Amino acid sequence: MEIIVTILILLMIVSAIAALVFKDLISAIIASCIVSLIAAILFYFLQAPDVAMAEAAIGAALVTGIFIIAVKKTKRFEE
Amino acid sequence: MNFLSENIYYIGAFSLIFIGLYILLVKKNLIKVIIGFSILDTGIYLFLITIGYIADGTAPIFSKSGLKADRMVDPVPQALVLTAIVIGVAVLALAVSLAVRLYGHYGTLNLRKIKEQRW
Amino acid sequence: MRKLIGIILLTIIAAGISLSLKEIPFGIPKTIIGNHFINKGIEETGAINIVTSVVVGYRSFDTLGEITVLFTAAIGLGALFSLYKNKKTVIYKEPASLIVYTGCRFLFPIIVLTGIYIIIHGHLTPGGGFQGGAIIASAFLLMYLGCTGKRINYKLSTIAEAVGGLTFITLGIVGLITGKDFLFNFISKGEPASLMSAGIIPLIYMAIGLKVGSELTGIIDNLIEKSQ
Repeated sequence: MEIIVTILILLMIVSAIAALVFKDLISAIIASCIVSLIAAILFYFLQAPDVAMAEAAIGAALVTGIFIIAVKKTKRFEE
Repeated sequence: MNFLSENIYYIGAFSLIFIGLYILLVKKNLIKVIIGFSILDTGIYLFLITIGYIADGTAPIFSKSGLKADRMVDPVPQALVLTAIVIGVAVLALAVSLAVRLYGHYGTLNLRKIKEQRW
Repeated sequence: MRKLIGIILLTIIAAGISLSLKEIPFGIPKTIIGNHFINKGIEETGAINIVTSVVVGYRSFDTLGEITVLFTAAIGLGALFSLYKNKKTVIYKEPASLIVYTGCRFLFPIIVLTGIYIIIHGHLTPGGGFQGGAIIASAFLLMYLGCTGKRINYKLSTIAEAVGGLTFITLGIVGLITGKDFLFNFISKGEPASLMSAGIIPLIYMAIGLKVGSELTGIIDNLIEKSQ
């Protein structure tokens, strides 16, 4: 059980560093979507099902959709 | 090793907060700064829920009729985080719309170049 | 140069925080008010879900403030995009294929039904108005992305949002007239674990679900529709 939690937290930190490093903005948005999804799983492990449902529905679906629509109207690559 | 296995949740939450703060300080593209805001928010929610966790506790719902009431996780931080998630998405939508209007006016999303063109 | 200063500042803050983390041990009960809410929650509000009874029962005034913030953000976004014209004739480069179109049309009522179920059973199972409203808004996002060319009905969305907000405030004022306080629970709490229980909590959650769902759908519609 501890091993699963440790692996998930390591994956979340690697994904956040990937959102920092990528120059293609669509890849950075998908990395931030992975961070939100793993945070929703961790909320379930911390015995909070209401917050897990809210974070999965809002953080992983709606925020990603809003970002991709915004990138479609501006530039795709950084600078 | 014992320190690591007990506080792994705190380390994860604070790493997200620091990565979000670093993106806010260093990056130049406006949409990347807004992605940094979102990562910073997720780190703070994780930290708040970790404070309310009680070892060997269960979710605060009386689903079966004989559930004991002294082994439940604290419900107050969960209510606060529920409010904070919704407010976070509202602020994010407004920031993104401002970024789209800025691109239409200046033609670039580089923060150093937008600061140089004053009035 | 900027990166170096950033890393040095963050290292100092990280050292300070890790020194003070020793005062917050992991997994030990820390607050006293949580015990009061768990022990007396069912008698005083009647809802089984304690998080629901905290959000809508004990601290319902904060929920009213949160809905106001969401409303202000939606108004600001609509005002920023009001100077652009609607795209009248749209030339799509390639429409979606038949499988995507049929799949989206098939999934849309199922997702809306799941959202309505989560809104109505907010006081019995994990869920509630905010989660259900977000699920309904993501169903409309799926329709915008999959079946290009269909738009929502503007009048229906405006009426739904207005009805949701007015119902919340009307329930509060009725509580002020008949009982003692604003948002007082004036309907009798039935027996716990049944659908019609917990006073005005299901009614408030239905109003919140309607308002949040139509507001988030309006935000996405404004972002896609109005262009430069």
